Amino acid sequence: MVAPTDASRAGSAHDSGGDARTVLDEQDISRALTRITHEILERNRDSAGLVLLGIPTRGVHLARRIAQRMSEVEDRAITAGALDVTMYRDDLRLKPARALEHTEIPDDIDGKVVVLIDDVLFSGRTIRAALDALNELGRPKAVQLAVLIDRGHRELPIRADFVGKNLPTSLAEKVKVRLSESDDADSVSITTATSTGGAA
Amino acid sequence: MITNLLSAGDLDRTDAIRILDTAEELLGVASRPIKKLPTLRGRTVVNLFFEDSTRTRISFEAAAKRLSADVINFSAKGSSVSKGESLKDTALTLQAMGADAVIIRHHSSGAPHRLAQAKWTKGAVINAGDGTHEHPTQALLDAFTMRRHLTGSLGGDLAGKNITIVGDVLHSRVARSNALLLHTLGANVTLVAPPTLLPVGVDHWPVETSYDLDASLEKADAVMMLRVQAERMNASYFPSAREYSRRYGLDTARLGRLPGHAIVMHPGPMNRGMEITADVADHVRSVIVEQVTNGVAVRMAVLYLLLGGAAGEPAAEEATTSKERP
Amino acid sequence: MSSYVIRGARLLGADPTDIAFADGVITAIGEGATGDTEIDGSGLVALPGLVDLHTHVREPGREDAETVLTGSRAAARGGFTCVHAMANTEPVADTAGVVEQVWRLGREGGYCDVQPVGAVTVGLQGTQLAELGAMADSAAGVRVFSDDGRCVSDAVLMRRALEYVKAFDGVIAQHAQEPRLTEGAQMNEGPLSGELGLVGWPAVAEEAIIARDVLLAEHVGSRLHVCHVSTRGSVEIVRWAKSRGIDVTAEVTPHHLLLTDDLVRSYDPIYKVNPPLRSDDDVQAVRDGLADGTIDVVATDHAPHPMEDKECEWSAAAFGMLGLETALSVVQQTMVDTGRMTWAQVAAAMSTKPAAIGRVAGQGRPLAVGEPANLVLVDPAATRTIDPRDTASLSRNNPYAGLTLPGEVVATFLRGRPTVRDRVLVEGATA
Repeated sequence: MVAPTDASRAGSAHDSGGDARTVLDEQDISRALTRITHEILERNRDSAGLVLLGIPTRGVHLARRIAQRMSEVEDRAITAGALDVTMYRDDLRLKPARALEHTEIPDDIDGKVVVLIDDVLFSGRTIRAALDALNELGRPKAVQLAVLIDRGHRELPIRADFVGKNLPTSLAEKVKVRLSESDDADSVSITTATSTGGAA
Repeated sequence: MITNLLSAGDLDRTDAIRILDTAEELLGVASRPIKKLPTLRGRTVVNLFFEDSTRTRISFEAAAKRLSADVINFSAKGSSVSKGESLKDTALTLQAMGADAVIIRHHSSGAPHRLAQAKWTKGAVINAGDGTHEHPTQALLDAFTMRRHLTGSLGGDLAGKNITIVGDVLHSRVARSNALLLHTLGANVTLVAPPTLLPVGVDHWPVETSYDLDASLEKADAVMMLRVQAERMNASYFPSAREYSRRYGLDTARLGRLPGHAIVMHPGPMNRGMEITADVADHVRSVIVEQVTNGVAVRMAVLYLLLGGAAGEPAAEEATTSKERP
Repeated sequence: MSSYVIRGARLLGADPTDIAFADGVITAIGEGATGDTEIDGSGLVALPGLVDLHTHVREPGREDAETVLTGSRAAARGGFTCVHAMANTEPVADTAGVVEQVWRLGREGGYCDVQPVGAVTVGLQGTQLAELGAMADSAAGVRVFSDDGRCVSDAVLMRRALEYVKAFDGVIAQHAQEPRLTEGAQMNEGPLSGELGLVGWPAVAEEAIIARDVLLAEHVGSRLHVCHVSTRGSVEIVRWAKSRGIDVTAEVTPHHLLLTDDLVRSYDPIYKVNPPLRSDDDVQAVRDGLADGTIDVVATDHAPHPMEDKECEWSAAAFGMLGLETALSVVQQTMVDTGRMTWAQVAAAMSTKPAAIGRVAGQGRPLAVGEPANLVLVDPAATRTIDPRDTASLSRNNPYAGLTLPGEVVATFLRGRPTVRDRVLVEGATA
């Protein structure tokens, strides 16, 4: 079924299938996150009206790092939450039921500006699911999107407001984001996939 | 993940923990303004209840509806007169209506197994209680409740916890399912009952047994009281209701002998004066209310995991990498 | 009627020889055996026509499940030339009228002799003796009496019945099941019944009745027959009784020789039977008992049921399994092919002794010149994968579905007339 793609992904996770090329290292990521933090604050003057929500798994790590930086700049405690979108995915029936991730909304989102944070923006379907999830949690004043990597190939009319790096890729390539919270270190790399089939 | 939930023994440790963790996430839905998730939209879930049970049926109905499934309720009083046509023909009718899942409660042990194995329905079969055999979702919600109180850890089990189950084990499907599931989750289970109410061969079960309630209270982390029907004394399982409750009933004195952190549970409905005194019943009330809320979340988890994806083995944990997600 | 000669068959498993019969009687064995129709018996075993001491044909009353005709056709396919039809019909066979009706239907059918069994008590209710004498004196000539399906549990009534039948050389065949210990029972009581949540049928409920009955039989000087022995304890009690010289005989069913209660895990009521399938240890014990003669005969307890009584939840299903068409194969697999019994011993257990217990003249006779030509030709080397639809019975509740069993009946002769030829029923066979 989906097995071949899984296998190839497993291979590239160990950097053993295809060529991997690092496009962002730890420092690049840190600078990008700092810039994004400032851009968010610049655009939304009132940081008290912001709710940062990371999309599990790595979006949550990034959201927390951004919240940390924002706290330092604004000299106030700012926390990031998490928004699991599993139940709202449009491809649920294609695979056996997935485990749910944790959802934690730190504040009421009514009337707030919600900033969704994710590691890679690709087809846009995850964000579409996130918007549906948000819809049932309340009515934000606005929803903005911050991503570390935008790799193109949108399948829906969705765009990011804040981007760490624009990375044009071909569908045959795979983008791998590693963050020290769940992997060994911070890096973003591109692998040429050894089997066909990009993300759905 | 299994395709049908017929017995608590069908769940291995991974499956069981996955259900509990999923239920943990879904618990939050009950407190949202919009208590709905779109996940099972367009799916049809049938409640096939041959035995009266408003509470369990409503719990499953709420669970299915919160996942946006369509629910059809079928209440049939299965009598021995309408035996054959009741189960098989009813199931075939439901199949013709396109049931994706059949939740069945039946007075006959093994009825869900017949439904699943004879392939009278193509949908997933979920056992909501069959005779004196099993009640897997009850055991799941009991384990969920215990985990929240005793360990509070997501992803964890009940290793090393001492659980005492007291009452008519012989006729209790709740006892059977709990014995199996709690063992799978690493708990130490003790069944307490008079010898007449323990089944032949219980020494083969992964449990300890005892005829002495007081002895098993001191180390218990959780005590589950099973419903005992006074009418059983007419078949000489015990001499009188008074003797039963004196030897095996939970009263205030016994409650006081439990460790401070211990919880007292009851699958309901309670038989005040038999297995539990009125005082203790009111004391236990709050946990029972919690069990009801937990029941909906646990049943949502079961429905989601059985119906929410494609059939087959679950994707490996690392599948939700950024590359894979669109 | 035509004459037959079978060439080169092994009579009771002995060396190949020829056997000829004409006008319903065996005319020659070995030298000088001739007949108009020659049958090639090479590789085949010839046995005296099998006699079943325990069959349920459902006529009168449940002709949707089986009739005397369909039951006797199934019997012929299984190699039987005589079956004893149990009395739990509707109405119960507790009068001369009903037993004569069954007997006559058997004769008209022509596939098999049907010897009616008379009920011990009126309506099988267990309270009042039925007219045993009238049934004995009737054209049906009843000698075996049984409330099978129910136990004659009242000790005094059992004593009276044992005494009363002595007057006409009758025998009481007891279905040993203490009713109070087995109220609502569904399967063998053991670890599995506790696990599956099904009410248990404890071995002691069978053994306690047998123990009582053998002592009663000894006390009043009667002979006793015990139906479908299924437990180790029952075998041991019968063995002890025989060692004391008590005139008791016992039967075992083919399914109790092969199947265990583990099959009930599936909750498939095809495995629901009374007495229930027992443990592996019990199966070993009854095999030992049959091999050493403690158990005298194999009797099928062929119990047809319509599919709606089996295609339902376990507790609503009827008790009983088919058995006539598979009995010999199961005995071959469990006892002959394992070297525990010879074909000669099978002939004794499935023909000679059942006929003796039932006092049936002309059946279970030796294969010798001058004896009635009731015989069955079996191909022991054949194998069959059991298909429940391949049956002469009206019912399909066959517990061996999908199993591969050895042996196939090639031909059955009822008083020299074939009821089965070339492994197939002969159609239009009438007396």
